[in-house]
Amino acid sequence: MTTVSRVIEHKRIVGISTPRKIIMGVVEILIGMLIYLAFAAKTSGETLTKFVMTPGGIDQGLMADWILPSKLTLTILAVISLAIGLYQVIRGFGKWTNLMIGICTLSLIFGFLVWQAADKSLNLAGMLSSAVLLAVPITLGAFSGILAERSGIINISIEGMMLMASMAAAVVGSVTKNAWLGLLGGILSSIFLALILGVLSIKYKVNQTISGTVINIFSTGMTAFISQKFLQHNAALNNPAMFSRLPLPGLADIPLIGPILFNQNLFVYLMFLILIILQVALFQTRWGLRLRSVGEHPKAADTLGIDVIKTRYMGVILSGLVAGIAGAFFTLGSVGRFEEGMTAGKGFIGLAAMIFGNWMPLGAMGAGALFGFADAIGSKLSLLGSTIPPQFMAMAPYLITMIVLAGFIGKGQAPAAEGEPYEKE
Amino acid sequence: MTEKKKDLGQEILNEINQDQSETEPAKKPFLGKAAIPLLAILTGLIIGALLIALTSQSVYAAFGESIGKGFSQAFSEIGTAYKALFTGAIGDPVRMFNAVGSGDSKEIRQAFNPFLESLVQSTPYIFAGLAVALGFRSGLFNIGVEGQLFIGAACATFVGYSITGLPAWIHMPLAFLAGALGGAFWGFIPGFLKAKTGGHEVINTIMMNWIAFRLTEWLLSGPMTRPESGGMPISPIIEKSAEIPQFFPSPIRFHLGFFIALAVAYVIWWVLFKTTWGLNLRTVGTNPRAARYAGLSTTKSIMLAMSLSGALAGMAGAVQILAVNRSMALGLSSGYGFDSIALALIGNTHPVGVVLASILFGTLRNGATRMMVVSSIPIDIVDVIQAIILMFVAAPAIIRSIYRLRKPKQEEEQIFLSGWGGQS
Repeated sequence: MTTVSRVIEHKRIVGISTPRKIIMGVVEILIGMLIYLAFAAKTSGETLTKFVMTPGGIDQGLMADWILPSKLTLTILAVISLAIGLYQVIRGFGKWTNLMIGICTLSLIFGFLVWQAADKSLNLAGMLSSAVLLAVPITLGAFSGILAERSGIINISIEGMMLMASMAAAVVGSVTKNAWLGLLGGILSSIFLALILGVLSIKYKVNQTISGTVINIFSTGMTAFISQKFLQHNAALNNPAMFSRLPLPGLADIPLIGPILFNQNLFVYLMFLILIILQVALFQTRWGLRLRSVGEHPKAADTLGIDVIKTRYMGVILSGLVAGIAGAFFTLGSVGRFEEGMTAGKGFIGLAAMIFGNWMPLGAMGAGALFGFADAIGSKLSLLGSTIPPQFMAMAPYLITMIVLAGFIGKGQAPAAEGEPYEKE
Repeated sequence: MTEKKKDLGQEILNEINQDQSETEPAKKPFLGKAAIPLLAILTGLIIGALLIALTSQSVYAAFGESIGKGFSQAFSEIGTAYKALFTGAIGDPVRMFNAVGSGDSKEIRQAFNPFLESLVQSTPYIFAGLAVALGFRSGLFNIGVEGQLFIGAACATFVGYSITGLPAWIHMPLAFLAGALGGAFWGFIPGFLKAKTGGHEVINTIMMNWIAFRLTEWLLSGPMTRPESGGMPISPIIEKSAEIPQFFPSPIRFHLGFFIALAVAYVIWWVLFKTTWGLNLRTVGTNPRAARYAGLSTTKSIMLAMSLSGALAGMAGAVQILAVNRSMALGLSSGYGFDSIALALIGNTHPVGVVLASILFGTLRNGATRMMVVSSIPIDIVDVIQAIILMFVAAPAIIRSIYRLRKPKQEEEQIFLSGWGGQS
């Protein structure tokens, strides 16, 4: 077991290259300048921004509104970003680099909101609350990716699994009129696809990107086929029982945090539960060590008596399970009925969140929250009567994904043996 | 020390030369290569037939009466559906025969229209399939063909309607070129990101797809909208001089674009297999490490390959606008970009194979439209069949075990696709 852990320990010591350090700093400085020049300089000194701090339709954990002087707030945000950027260029933050760019991004987003809502009122708590909800499929998608990739299998078919699960959940949930059975149906359909992925990638050693694409195309076609053949003619098949809001006693009464985190539906709590289980299981248990060793150095793991093939199947199946929950969220936790192509790239954004979060559950959660927030801004700002076309707001999560990938990848944190079929000698 | 270096150089040279000899098409028998795709297609169609039977309520009702009735009902439904697929795709043989006999030119054209329409449907597939195949050949997985196609179409549309008074022999090529350039630009961005930062092209091209959809949505409902459309996201109609000509009077849509596609396929084949640049590209694709030792610039070839792949995708969009639709709307593509992945793989990422696979899928999709009308089977069944065919082509061992084929002596060419971290 020591060899395996040494291999894993060895990989964690990774520095940040000088050009990357400088580029990050320059980006942070640019963010600071953008906040000042684009937002602060165009806001007059007397304007106030009003943020409502309780989501609509909730009567637990109320909080008073925030009223901020727009220009002052924006200037402070700009200064924070500039200071972080300067320090990054001169000294560098080392392992805190990702966190710091995160803070700058948050400053930019918050600054943008302050500027957009100047002289107006914006329900910030409502936005955060819907951000948490929107983060659910992305974060769960990232967890699904982590489970497969830590065992050495690239799973780009999370999108397809989610789509299939969302339909299966809707149909089973409608027929049985039971949301729990719907969830189970979604999970089973997704595990079925995961098994196909596993057999293709592990047994037949098909290139994992291609076997993932097979599943994505299959899901897109199959869900559209069933939807047009059955669901559209028979509304009773597409009207599932949903998981409703479930305020957690006590916790839901905390101001601001209560309504946002603890007055949500089951899927939000499942997301936090899986986060804790995954973080502990991966890094504190023998099971997690074995899974990771198979993804890092399958040969060494095999030498030590770990069944590489079995472990990889387990990783893929668990990946399917989590993707199934993420898919069921769309129909049982959010929209309430199946629509063709309703996952809208969330599975792929989940993969980006996984990379952004360094294949760590906690990091993936943070990244997922960021993407969810970017998504929430779009829908809320169009209500404010923003001058920015809604299509551009809708591009934000995709753009952020690309920037994140460009900025954070290539540091050697991906499981070393992912994508390579294992052949026993 | 120096000796060792020399050895390494020699080894790399050997490896590169070997790569070249391996891809020499003449060495393998034709059917041997085509056996797997053909059997995969057959199996895909059989599974499609099963799907038709399994999702039909009348089949279940007939099985409720007796097993024999159930089977006969299932076969008759499959028969009706696939007959509609065939007549919709190729034409009604009896009518075609009679038409040729009667000698009426209008009747002949109409009888053969399903076949011609299949070629019309194949045209964008050829461009898009070539785009993906070119990417695969250089070790890149371009899932962004759909987005590149939309941007290409938007550029071609813009040049097509905004410039007036040009003669057709300038305007039409110009609009087509604009489409290619737009697609090339959309492909260049993920190529650049891959080469310079290692951001994986699979995610980046998918993100670029969504950005392209939103961008065209905005363009068509804003700057490029048709003034009299009343808020509908649709572009103005292109000028007559920008149109790619159709050969026959309406409703037959067979157009010059089909032959442009064949010509482009030839050019791609020539570039890939007859030029040094193509050899470099394929070397980077099959063995990036050897390529780097040999002094080939992987960054440059990644960017070039993605741009070229994007350009081909852009042509697919341009040809649809200039030859068929004549104006741009959001429902431009029926998923050409995703279908093309299957096409490229079924065609073994070889231009000739891609053209054949594209014609097959254009035919299938054209026939499926009629099948939808006749037996109300959703057209998306083509996607399901496609995924199954792709699965069998990617895992030939399954097909071999079903049909008891022997394993080939020569190892199959493997497409090289990298993990998230890039190879740098």
